[in-house]
Amino acid sequence: MTQSTYNLAESMLTDFDIAAIRRDFPILNQQVNGHSLVYLDNAASSQKPVQVIEAVDQYYRLDNANVHRGVHRLSQRATDAYEGARSKVRGFLNASSDKEIIFVRGATEAINLVAQSFVRPQLQAGDEILISYLEHHANIVPWQMVCEQTGAKLKVIPMTESGELDLSEFDALLTNKTKIMAVGQVSNALGTVNPVKQMTQKAKAKGIPVLIDGAQAVPHMQVDVQELDCDFYVFSGHKMYAPTGIGALYGKQALLEAMPPWQGGGDMILSVSFEHTEYNSLPYKFEAGTPHIAGAVGLGAAIDYMQSIGVDKLAAYEHALLELATDKLSAIEGIRIIGTAEHKASVLSFMIEGVHPHDVGTIFDQEGVAIRAGHHCAQPVMQYYGIAATARASFAFYNTEQEVDALVKAIHTTQELFA
Amino acid sequence: MSDLRDLYQQVIMDHKKKPRNFREIADANHMAHGNNPLCGDALVVYVKMNGDVIEDVSFQGSGCAISVASASLMTESLKGKTLAEAEVLYDNVHKALTGEDDAAELSGKLQVLAGVKEFPARVKCATLSWHTVHAAVDNDHDISVSTE
Repeated sequence: MTQSTYNLAESMLTDFDIAAIRRDFPILNQQVNGHSLVYLDNAASSQKPVQVIEAVDQYYRLDNANVHRGVHRLSQRATDAYEGARSKVRGFLNASSDKEIIFVRGATEAINLVAQSFVRPQLQAGDEILISYLEHHANIVPWQMVCEQTGAKLKVIPMTESGELDLSEFDALLTNKTKIMAVGQVSNALGTVNPVKQMTQKAKAKGIPVLIDGAQAVPHMQVDVQELDCDFYVFSGHKMYAPTGIGALYGKQALLEAMPPWQGGGDMILSVSFEHTEYNSLPYKFEAGTPHIAGAVGLGAAIDYMQSIGVDKLAAYEHALLELATDKLSAIEGIRIIGTAEHKASVLSFMIEGVHPHDVGTIFDQEGVAIRAGHHCAQPVMQYYGIAATARASFAFYNTEQEVDALVKAIHTTQELFA
Repeated sequence: MSDLRDLYQQVIMDHKKKPRNFREIADANHMAHGNNPLCGDALVVYVKMNGDVIEDVSFQGSGCAISVASASLMTESLKGKTLAEAEVLYDNVHKALTGEDDAAELSGKLQVLAGVKEFPARVKCATLSWHTVHAAVDNDHDISVSTE
């Protein structure tokens, strides 16, 4: 890092009112194994601010009822809260219509929906689906399943030693047989920020639809689906300070209109007889069954919270923290950082020489430092590096410089134990 | 930290750093591969039976400190045992690690393995070699076991 950017990072770390932000996250204020909790497993799941916890609490205390059907007051309030959350997601992603926002359980369900409803009906044997080496299993397995069902082939954009996508042969991978390109915006295992806008442009120029897995992107950067011009964008709420079990699929309206429903049930129909069922309009066509209303309310509150701080501001703070941690770990002998892409967000994957990552995870836990040890549901990435697992610290905007120091201390403790 | 130091430092670190019987047995009459795909731990266990007695037992492979140390301890404790005695030991280790039976007696150095049950996410690391040796003596051919 150059001196000037370092100064910028330093000022970013001091300008941010971290004490006030940490007070919003009650879970952070606890002892684990006799140490203050240092929560650095945000890429797995983030913590929730009181604003989210209270929104869910208030929904159940005051407004709970089923949506879109009751004529009574509570049902109306629940419907307003649920649809209000949909509008917040639309604004958060800068989609053009609420009809383009489908509530789902999370990114995984959204990808499966697109795979089965949009891609599968058009696939023929020999067609291709293009993903990348860096994908989470959630953006690999649903495509393998449709390939098995149809005889289509999975093609993979390769990666480089630094953990970036190798786009040297990218144009050749976009063929007239490619029926969708599905890529992650940020790698969960390495933190690499992929050039999804440029990739989308190239795919769209050849008429190839694009899905972007934004699970690791939305917590850490401003996303604009119209600017990206992707056809589908998916994310999970629980990685962006909202409850588990809620997420969203963005899809361009014309595509969603043309797609058949994925699941059948209540709410997704207009009328049912034993002879014929009339499907509901968007977005309800894809929301069979009573949805996770409280989850959607919590997701809306999380969006409000992030926007009250400013997504650009929290992204800049996190970036400064990641740079600081990267510098400090790079200076420790016996540490190998896995994933050294030029553009990264939140994630610092590493190995301690001579120590298995699961031993690292257990020893860190005894120091109160929560990290992930494992393959991060990205086994192809691990196979690329010839390792089974890494230790992964992942930062959120409520983490601090002192917590980076605690991470460094835990590394020293581990090295002493294994010396 | 004292629990952890107890667990790692005393016996486990000793066996991790200097695993016993870490070698191939050229004339082994039983062997098995053990894998823990989630951690990447991979062991091969070799057994040389003489009638009913485990004349020699060894292992090779790589894994975390707990899996390597457990394998090392396993080879030390099984050498010279009859199959019936080995079976009792295997049962006791399994019970002690899963907490199924707190009274399960582990003698000597094997007591350290009981400490692993305080770290539930790591129990499978400690059981890998035991499952593998069990599969080896039960079969005449090379087989694979996985703990997940």
